[in-house]
Amino acid sequence: MELSELLRLSWKALVVNKLRSILTTLGIIIGVFAIILLVSLGTGLQTYITKQVSSLGSNLLFVIPGAEGGARSAGGAVANKLLYSDAKTLAFRLKDIASVAPVIQKTATLKRKNNTDKNVTIAGTTYNYSDIVNIKVVKGTPFTLSQQNSNAKVAIIGQTVIDKLFNSENPIGQVFFVGSTPFRVVGIAEKRGSVFGIDEDNAIIIPITVAQQQFNITNVNAIYLSAKRPELVNFVKQQATTILLKRLTADDFNIQSQESALSTVNNITNVLSIALGGIASISLLVGGIGVANIMLVSVTERTKEIGLRKALGAKRRDILAQFLLEAIILSLVGGVIGILLGIIASLIISQFFVSTVTPWSIFLAFFFSVAVGVVFGVAPAMKASKLSPIEALRYE
Amino acid sequence: MNKKQPIILLKDIIKEYRSLDVITPVLQGVSLSVYPGDFIAITGPSGSGKSTMMNILGLLDVPTSGTYILNGEKTTGLSEDKLAFIRNKEIGFVFQSFNLLTRSSALENVVLPAIYAGSNKKIRNDRAIELLSQVGLKERMYNRPNQLSGGQQQRVAIARALMNNPEIILADEPTGNLDTKSGNDVMNILKTLNKEGKTIVLITHELDIASQAKKVIHFRDGKII
Repeated sequence: MELSELLRLSWKALVVNKLRSILTTLGIIIGVFAIILLVSLGTGLQTYITKQVSSLGSNLLFVIPGAEGGARSAGGAVANKLLYSDAKTLAFRLKDIASVAPVIQKTATLKRKNNTDKNVTIAGTTYNYSDIVNIKVVKGTPFTLSQQNSNAKVAIIGQTVIDKLFNSENPIGQVFFVGSTPFRVVGIAEKRGSVFGIDEDNAIIIPITVAQQQFNITNVNAIYLSAKRPELVNFVKQQATTILLKRLTADDFNIQSQESALSTVNNITNVLSIALGGIASISLLVGGIGVANIMLVSVTERTKEIGLRKALGAKRRDILAQFLLEAIILSLVGGVIGILLGIIASLIISQFFVSTVTPWSIFLAFFFSVAVGVVFGVAPAMKASKLSPIEALRYE
Repeated sequence: MNKKQPIILLKDIIKEYRSLDVITPVLQGVSLSVYPGDFIAITGPSGSGKSTMMNILGLLDVPTSGTYILNGEKTTGLSEDKLAFIRNKEIGFVFQSFNLLTRSSALENVVLPAIYAGSNKKIRNDRAIELLSQVGLKERMYNRPNQLSGGQQQRVAIARALMNNPEIILADEPTGNLDTKSGNDVMNILKTLNKEGKTIVLITHELDIASQAKKVIHFRDGKII
């Protein structure tokens, strides 16, 4: 039996039971849609984080407390032994090959007149921080070394802080409070957006010396090192390790490069993408069971037709092909619609969140939907092809 | 056509149905020769085995033992697909309940055996239209079975049976669901076909139908009497 005739036959059978076919297809549509969308979200996330990490600059290294991948104290918290003085030592010893900026990070509430801004991320750091991590000051200036040394209570503020505290006023030179301490705005940082509900613009940068006083701490959360040239990154890492090991042990700190951070991020987001895709695949599997179910019903309903076709000369493979093709068409149509909906939804989501449609997820979903048709269509089609013509003709 | 060689030769056909340990004999040693151009009616009360006989003659069922030679070729032991191939080429079926595909037009129904034979689309469509005009239904070729009367449906079924130009027409109670006039129409078509050289085996329990055949065979308790 020629393919065009088979296609016509299968299509016709599906069109006759429109509602049933649509509902069955819906199972596949949802499965494929979920795969495309969730994988797109995973990939979008990966792209976003990669971009964020890359934007820090490839010359960047960061010293963080704790040994790499372990040696945590009870409760999972890292016993932080990094001090501002370590950063000073590094800055002094590496001054020819790298810039150094320690960071203290805290959260606090800001006040100005009747306005408050809660959960603001406060980064206490040195005057050169914005150069090292590529934060652009779009208005005003970063604070200076002399302001840092004189414990000047000055701040660079993010866009959200401006919106919440200053309404429409020009904030440069204005004063706000952290607790009872007044800070003067010297600069405004470039807008960075938000991810996972964390608003990166709800942040201020103040001199580290001031932050130490304000929060009464001597530890630092991280020390950023920026090699003067990309080829010096490994040398800087070596040197910094040697210097820090004079005071600390190997369990007290580790130094990450942008490259190693990226590979960690990629590992995590890859696992995430695969996990999301896997969860979505379950719904496709359920959709496939729906196809198998409806094909079994269809075979039973059309027992007499099968008997007649066999009596008139249909071979096993003719019947097998007819029913298998029906299942494949159901899944394929569902797959194509699911892919289109997935792409549309992903494009809509990318307007306000991260989402990137990947070709491999489309191929995968397409391949899977055809495979679902074959796998779940084969049992009912086999059943149909094995029917004995007289039994089938006798069937009422 | 050589009169000496039978087109259908049955020898000691036995058919038994087994369910659990109970063996039900249906055909108990049937031997029969049908020659080209014959018009045979097989009659008998229900349960006499004539329907089973029809299934075996039509290669829809296989005998438990015995030999069936069709057109000089032994059919026992052939694969299901090979049997389908022979049915397609050499046997035209006419059923009591017409057995038309309800969602397909008359034309699509008639063309069906040729689709499985793999013949050219243009040629098979032309032939189907010609056959439909022969049974007087050319103007109804795009109608579906439910838009046709019983007699018209059976005429479509006869056109379908003729599609691959088989030598044998097997008709199982072809008038059973029809009124007298339509039944007569169908019988007249069958008689005409027989005059044109087709071998016809007709199964019926109506004696006045059977009497229109050239030869009548009576079945009782799985045997020819």
